[in-house]
Amino acid sequence: MPPIAELTELIVFVFLASAVVIGALGVVLLPNIVYAAFLLGGVFLAVAGLYLMLNASFIAAAQVLIYVGAVNVLILFAIMLVNKKEAMAASPGTGLRRILSSGVCVGLLILLLRVAFTTPWALPGPAPIGEDAVIRLGEHFFSDYLLPFELASVLLLMAMIGAIVLARRDVFSTDVGTGEAVDQALIEKARSPLLVGKNINQKSLETNP
Amino acid sequence: MNTSFLVPLEAYLTVAALLFCIGVWGLINSRNAVRVLMSIELMLNGVNINLMAFSSYLDGYEIRGQVYAIFVITVAAAEAAVGLAILLSLYRNRDTVDMEQFNLLRW
Repeated sequence: MPPIAELTELIVFVFLASAVVIGALGVVLLPNIVYAAFLLGGVFLAVAGLYLMLNASFIAAAQVLIYVGAVNVLILFAIMLVNKKEAMAASPGTGLRRILSSGVCVGLLILLLRVAFTTPWALPGPAPIGEDAVIRLGEHFFSDYLLPFELASVLLLMAMIGAIVLARRDVFSTDVGTGEAVDQALIEKARSPLLVGKNINQKSLETNP
Repeated sequence: MNTSFLVPLEAYLTVAALLFCIGVWGLINSRNAVRVLMSIELMLNGVNINLMAFSSYLDGYEIRGQVYAIFVITVAAAEAAVGLAILLSLYRNRDTVDMEQFNLLRW
């Protein structure tokens, strides 16, 4: 392997890794949530680049399609839907909690790094199969990982239906027998906070057409 | 196709550990509920980098790590959809996304 290729690989890795870490810090620390969401998309793209360096082009494509194309867009839509400028009231003990959680996270990081650097990994492993990985993935999915593969489809269906049921607004439909309007209001009526009054449900029933 | 492995395995593990710890910190310290969900996605991505690194360095022929990574991506997508739906429903109830205000179950 010529040195120029090695140098390129190193440069690409350092660039992607720093993009991942700095982007993740930005996601967590930036005060503006919209900037954080777009940075999250950048982090996902950089992680997809790392996957490409690890001989996994199919997973890299899936990462771009699912994370950047679906999850990040979903998060942006959620930000738009709940976009309310509110000054969050200061809660007591925030500084102490930050210090404590930082200590816990640094300790966890040290533990993980110690495991990573002291374990004698069985290197070098078998040579990577490169672009044949897609064929091997298909073989896995339809032989020894068939049951999890089928369960994943059920899980996705449940998530889809659950998301629709949870996020929809009230549906006004008519009773099949009487032809009258059926109140399908859940507790979530019209911006009324929970548990402020006792007759909140009756009030929402009266105002309902 | 990359067979030389100039970058050591530990470098990938370090990046993954950093990403996971940043996600944990954000999960604990975020006031905005959307940012909590974003932190969870960061943690899942850190785990995925670990799986892919092991799959490529130690299990290059069977690539079981990639299979697991696909399942993790699937579950993460389902989690994001349901989590954001719960968040919207919660926002309609409480009219806020401040995590400190969701204290109905506080002991």
